[in-house]
Amino acid sequence: MTPILELRAVKAFYGQSEVLHGIDVAVEEGGMAVLLGANGAGKTTTLRAICGMVRREGEIRFAGTRLDRRTTEEIAGLGVAHVPEGRGTFIGLTVEENLRLGAHMRAGRAEADLQRMYGYFPILAARRRQQAGTLSGGEQQMLAIARALMMAPRLLVLDEPSFGLAPQIVEDIFAIVERIRSDEHVSVLLVEQNARLALDLADHAYLMETGYVVASGSAKALADDPQISRSYLGY
Amino acid sequence: MHELLQQIFSGLVAGAVYASLALALVMIYRATDLVNFAQGEMAMFSTYIAWTLVNAGLPFWGAFIITLLVSFLGGMAIERVVIRPIENAPVLAAVVVTIGLLLIFNSLAGWIYTYTVKDFPSPFPDRPLFGALTTTRDLGVIGVTLVMLALLFAFFRFTKTGLAMRAAAQNPDSARLCGIRVKRLLAIGWGLAAAIGAIAGILVAPILFLDPNMMSGVLVYAFAGALLGGIASPLGAVVGGLIVGVTENLVGTYLIASQLKLTVAFALIILVLVLRPNGLFGTAIVRRV
Repeated sequence: MTPILELRAVKAFYGQSEVLHGIDVAVEEGGMAVLLGANGAGKTTTLRAICGMVRREGEIRFAGTRLDRRTTEEIAGLGVAHVPEGRGTFIGLTVEENLRLGAHMRAGRAEADLQRMYGYFPILAARRRQQAGTLSGGEQQMLAIARALMMAPRLLVLDEPSFGLAPQIVEDIFAIVERIRSDEHVSVLLVEQNARLALDLADHAYLMETGYVVASGSAKALADDPQISRSYLGY
Repeated sequence: MHELLQQIFSGLVAGAVYASLALALVMIYRATDLVNFAQGEMAMFSTYIAWTLVNAGLPFWGAFIITLLVSFLGGMAIERVVIRPIENAPVLAAVVVTIGLLLIFNSLAGWIYTYTVKDFPSPFPDRPLFGALTTTRDLGVIGVTLVMLALLFAFFRFTKTGLAMRAAAQNPDSARLCGIRVKRLLAIGWGLAAAIGAIAGILVAPILFLDPNMMSGVLVYAFAGALLGGIASPLGAVVGGLIVGVTENLVGTYLIASQLKLTVAFALIILVLVLRPNGLFGTAIVRRV
């Protein structure tokens, strides 16, 4: 299979300091790749580099197009939907307005897509007229994922969807992500602290440390490597 | 009683003008966290454009529409040329830039049109109404303001661009991730603010007469109105502007010499900042973590 997203020797910078030191990452078409690693390893920065939210060098290819010289808005338009750290909710707007913003780039009405999202996340339908800031953390995460799917993306980029959520809710959300991946034919790049859960779902995994990819392989291989699980994954 | 009602009505007319300019201030504040001190002078300059067009023989409403379009484009150009290069500069630098714009427009108007006071036509006939409580002209001013408000409300509430502008003002990064071109919306915001300001200028010019310093007092009242309503709230700007207009008029008529009226605006600004910095409508947004 050909990768839908491919990073080659990608560096990223905050001001003058280099924080990613030339990493290679790929996501297969229809696949799910996960970036693992401790805080500060560069996982979020990798996602921000893909979406043009930090200065970056190197080659980033998405479905045959170079992303590394494009702006964030253009990258979104090409079909990369990024649910950022902190979920990026428009807290002063209603749930439905948040969802409609996901369809901003598309011509025509978004009613059918809205209804499909309410099908995945019934709680959002119940809260559609509510200010998004009043939702619970789990509901906001669902809203963020639904908003991203409204973009009809080919690649869904999720930054720690489990952050700050109760274990049961995390499992619910990952179950829905799994379902969406097959129903919507979307590839997924995931950053996750919960390594066990992520390795279960993903087919490919990258282990990051201080701006480098220090190990990569099939999720199963990484999960089974005792050295890696002991030193990096905490089990 | 009759006189009191009369004063309230003329306060509402002035208030409608303050509300328009306050609305322009709020638009830019929400989009860029910046108070545009040049808003009044931009409005004054737009009014001169309308004056030129009317004097060239155009019908009033034709000149009105053309002026709004020119102001809209001018506002966008100002954002592109002057504001965008300093988008990452400290806020004080941006404030100084808007004060610079204020001086530029003021001098430019003086240079082109001289400082002689000019008569500006009103599109509305000046006939007394309801036993001289108010006039058709005053109702016209209030009417235009209300129509503009309704249009703006509809724009922000029901159009895709309006929704995108609200989103971009709240969370620009997240808006970009949705594919919204935030910079273009900022330019549109400046354009809209300039056009709204132009309406304020054209409405007030027949009352105050046109000269390059026409809007300096109006701007102070508009600030007071915007702060009173909550500098981030469009509805607040309108209500605040109307309250300031009526208060200023009543206090100026019954309590103090009318030459001291501007003091009312400053007193209101200080009171609001001390007692309720978020203004009447500037409630904090609910946030759960």
